[in-house]
Amino acid sequence: MSVIAFLIQTLRIATPYLFAASGGVLSERSGIIALTLEGWMLTGAFCAALGSFYSGSPWVGLLCGAGGGVLVAALHALASIRYRADQVVVGIAINLLAVGATRFFLRLAFDSSSNSPRVPGFDWFSAEGGASQQSASVFVSLANPLVVIGLISLPLVWWILNRTPFGLRLRAAGEKPEAVASVGVSVARVRWLAVLLAGVFAGLGGTYLALEQHQFTDSMTAGRGFIALAAVIFGNWEPRRVAVACLLFAAAETFQIRLQGLQLIPSQFVEMIPYLLTIVAVAGIVGRTRQPSALGRVAD
Amino acid sequence: MATDRAPAVSPPGIPRWLQPLLPPLTALLIAAVVGDLLILTFGQSPREVFRLLIEGTWGNAYGLGQVLYKATTLICTGLAVALGIRAGMFNIGAEGQLALGGFAAAAIGLLLPAGTPALVAIPVCVAAACAGGSAGAAVPGVLKARFGASEVIVTIMMNFIIAALLNWAVATQLNVAESLHTPEIHAGAVPRLAAVSALFSGSAANFTILFALGAAVFTGWWLFRTRAGYELRAAGLQPDAAEYGGIRVGSVWLRTMLLSGALAGLGGVNYVLGYKQYYEEGFAAGAGYLGIAVALVGRNHPAGVVISALLFATLSQGALAVNALVPKQMVDVLTAIVIIAVATAVPEVERLLRAVRGKTA
Amino acid sequence: MTLAIRATGIRKVFGDVVANRNASLEVRTGEIHAVVGENGAGKSTLMRMIAGMYAPDAGTLEVGGRTVTGWSTREAIAAGVGMVHQHFMLVPTLTVAENLVLGQEPVRGVQFDRAGAEEAVRALGERTGLRVDPSRLVSDLSVGELQRVEILKVLFRGARILVLDEPTAVLSPPEVQDLWRVLRTLVADGGTVVVITHKLDEVVEISQSITVMRAGETVGHMQTAEATPSSIARMMVGREVKLALEETGEGRQEMVDGGWQMADARGGSATAHSALRLTQLTVASARRADEVAGVSIELRPGEIFGIAGVEGNGQTELIEAIAGLRPVSSGSIHLGSHDITRWSVRQRADAGLSHIPEDRHRRGLVLDYSIADDLILGVQHGFTRGIVLDKERIISNAGERIAQFDVRPGAPDAPARSLSGGNQQKVVIARELRGREFSVLLAVQPTRGVDVGAIEFIHQQLRAARDAGKAVLLVSADLVEVLALSDRVAVMYGGKLVVTLPADKASAEVLGPWMTGAGGTSGH
Repeated sequence: MSVIAFLIQTLRIATPYLFAASGGVLSERSGIIALTLEGWMLTGAFCAALGSFYSGSPWVGLLCGAGGGVLVAALHALASIRYRADQVVVGIAINLLAVGATRFFLRLAFDSSSNSPRVPGFDWFSAEGGASQQSASVFVSLANPLVVIGLISLPLVWWILNRTPFGLRLRAAGEKPEAVASVGVSVARVRWLAVLLAGVFAGLGGTYLALEQHQFTDSMTAGRGFIALAAVIFGNWEPRRVAVACLLFAAAETFQIRLQGLQLIPSQFVEMIPYLLTIVAVAGIVGRTRQPSALGRVAD
Repeated sequence: MATDRAPAVSPPGIPRWLQPLLPPLTALLIAAVVGDLLILTFGQSPREVFRLLIEGTWGNAYGLGQVLYKATTLICTGLAVALGIRAGMFNIGAEGQLALGGFAAAAIGLLLPAGTPALVAIPVCVAAACAGGSAGAAVPGVLKARFGASEVIVTIMMNFIIAALLNWAVATQLNVAESLHTPEIHAGAVPRLAAVSALFSGSAANFTILFALGAAVFTGWWLFRTRAGYELRAAGLQPDAAEYGGIRVGSVWLRTMLLSGALAGLGGVNYVLGYKQYYEEGFAAGAGYLGIAVALVGRNHPAGVVISALLFATLSQGALAVNALVPKQMVDVLTAIVIIAVATAVPEVERLLRAVRGKTA
Repeated sequence: MTLAIRATGIRKVFGDVVANRNASLEVRTGEIHAVVGENGAGKSTLMRMIAGMYAPDAGTLEVGGRTVTGWSTREAIAAGVGMVHQHFMLVPTLTVAENLVLGQEPVRGVQFDRAGAEEAVRALGERTGLRVDPSRLVSDLSVGELQRVEILKVLFRGARILVLDEPTAVLSPPEVQDLWRVLRTLVADGGTVVVITHKLDEVVEISQSITVMRAGETVGHMQTAEATPSSIARMMVGREVKLALEETGEGRQEMVDGGWQMADARGGSATAHSALRLTQLTVASARRADEVAGVSIELRPGEIFGIAGVEGNGQTELIEAIAGLRPVSSGSIHLGSHDITRWSVRQRADAGLSHIPEDRHRRGLVLDYSIADDLILGVQHGFTRGIVLDKERIISNAGERIAQFDVRPGAPDAPARSLSGGNQQKVVIARELRGREFSVLLAVQPTRGVDVGAIEFIHQQLRAARDAGKAVLLVSADLVEVLALSDRVAVMYGGKLVVTLPADKASAEVLGPWMTGAGGTSGH
């Protein structure tokens, strides 16, 4: 197999991870648990399909996808910041809500319980949507603006965290919210912003999926939000290491797809890799991870 | 800072017995309002939909049987989550433990020779289901007790690992061609309720519900009557005080996780031994996650868990009854709204109760 | 006379707890003002309201003549009021400069101007003499440096009125002197300083005037020039300080007898008679490897051994190690003839170790348990039939203890959370003194946050235990209490017992210097 084709496929698989993990890093570094990445992505995917379908423009779809992510993120923020609800409980509820609501509105909008009609995506250079693997070239792949944005999303998050005043406050809110409050900065406001921004990123991750496949299908995120969360944890909440984790997980998947014919190792065992690595990381068996000190803690 | 305290006074106007029920009732009310709105978006009458929902569940024998069948699994997963929370742990892995329990029951049922008397086969298969669930919970339990690893993260990851593992086992090891299920068990089937009363004919309701109710009674007894329960609750409420009281908090966590996994695994009996007689991929279908809602609305009390399991089972079965009018997925939305409302309304209502108390002081 | 701060009739309630009632404060511009009072007197709460962290439920607050009741932290900072908290409000994963500028970050374009921030911090350090490398991570700093950063942080925001909450609790004597120098410089520049403390020597050394608080209330105001440590103490503790001192006389009387016996025993082979023996005990904490650094104590039946000292000098770790709640790095613990160094908490308790813990809210009680259930915490395995709890015996046990110790209100099924601090402590003491067989009692801060009536009752109980032949290891930050109760007194400083004296040789004057580390160089 060609190295280029392998890399491109890895990149395509990694794109939704990179987006969702960007949201995960922002949210968790501010102290809000990001169990909801899956739900944010799914809502983003549905809204993107909806927007793209009705406007005929993938760009509108992109905006709607980001907006959909923000919408559920706002619900998450409202419950866990304003009402101080348990973030794990709310996270799980929002994932359920996203599955149920997208199905419900799928019926309402398209009268289908499985998928939306075909929607326009970003395929500027190939006449056929979802160009076949063989014809994939660097050029065609990178012509999708979402792949490009996905690639720069974690570097962007790194820049926000480490180079802007907001990032400084965000990191402080996730480590020691009392210190932030003591200098007159509202922890709630910092966390709200962080979660809404995280919603944008995760929503874009879902958008990529919907526009790449030219439709929304029921539960199309298929656990990708959790793989992204695994990457956040395995990458120790550091954008650079998280990016590596996303690419690593995507490469393992690509490997598995490409080697499927050879039956070297059952595909299910390859699927387990991100989750096993994450468990090993949180147990601290090799190189302990350290989560933000105030993660999940209510603050005023 | 604790110089002195105002005496604890009940807020005026609200009877004492009603106070613990207030938050879940508030949550259900919020969900009912949202449900009405969703029904209206589909141009249907909420009254008509709710009438149909009740009729399709408690209104006829089949519906009732299906409610009992669904409630059985939910009682098990709800108890699993509730027990964990009582010990200060969030077992989000009930979904995987449930699946593993079902698979273990099916595997042992296959291993037993045909014709094994039910009196032997059923206990063996039920024990296998519990052991399977425990095995799934052992990983987070050990990692939490030994390394302090977050059980939330580990149980989530374990759900995916267990799903992949079972997928592999069913696809390659115990496969029936052209299907995603195992062969039928040789022994260990739990009889249906229909076998004793025509009242339930056609429904999947089976005697597993007795195991589930027994598990609820056991859990209540264990939590509130035994020394182990005393220590478990102390570890959950205040781990530092428990440690001071000579309780080994780590081993309480591990033991509780194993017991919680066993309860979730027991739920697998309902589908595998009581309904289909085989393990099928994806039979858990979210019942493990729904257990979180069941436990929360039931306030982590076994009696509350049974009641709220019946409630969620009614909603789930009722969704099918009203599917012609509104999409059955409405129920998933309502379930999520109930959880969010409980999570937000409980602290909020409790804060209000405290504020009222503070004023009267 | 211009007033920097004026607070009148302040009331603040948290849930069921009244933290302040009718609290008042007047601080003149350009002075160092001390606010003194025991733990739980409501000092910190009052200061936090001045700094805008809480709004009072009643009363008015003026700063610089302007009514500012219920203002926000941001407004307080803008008006030049800054608070240095007892628990540092610093983010360990950020650098010194990042912590300092948090909330007022200098920017270049849209980016955070790190170099600019570090330069500003360096300049401020030069100007005030508070030098800390701005690029270091806060998690790498020593306690003294942390405090410097806290003060810098407040000064960076242009504070003219500085409120410090227990600033010396964790400082070494030279660091304390440094701090005084900085504060005097600030005042000389026209700033105003309010210091919360409960150390009277500090009050006399640094302040110009004093406000005394007790049980949430302001009970007095005086000029330092006209005050003595004992007059302040009298006001701080109220009428009961006299009670305690009278009891001391009585205690000393008894102690003379017991004391001689002890001296004899010490001359002979005392080992056989010791109730608790610590040998070169070293215990680590998260902060340092030698939080307890080679402590040896020999405790005999029928004596109260008091450990005095500023909090944070290893007392907590020492007690936790004896109780089995914290591993021992080296050395050994003997309870009677048993080496219990590696025993579990339960084994130690069953072998005769009772423990009134430092923090009853965290350790001593499960607050959501009923009084009856809390009365068996730690001895629950004695109240079972098989694996089931014996409800009847639990209830009858509760009835007995509640009557014996006059716990009010006395319903055994009421949650412990609903009791007052004094009654909660009675539950703990009833359980530890009467709820089990024991030979050694660890009593840590036994009267902290307890109302006046209960203090004397608890003291009587400890004396009664001693008279019944039990060995009591008393740890208290309250020197008056230690002196009133103990037969022998030691001072813990920097993880070591720096001095041990029989009670008749011990006094605040003798022990004071040891508590601040200035007592000498030799150990005990």
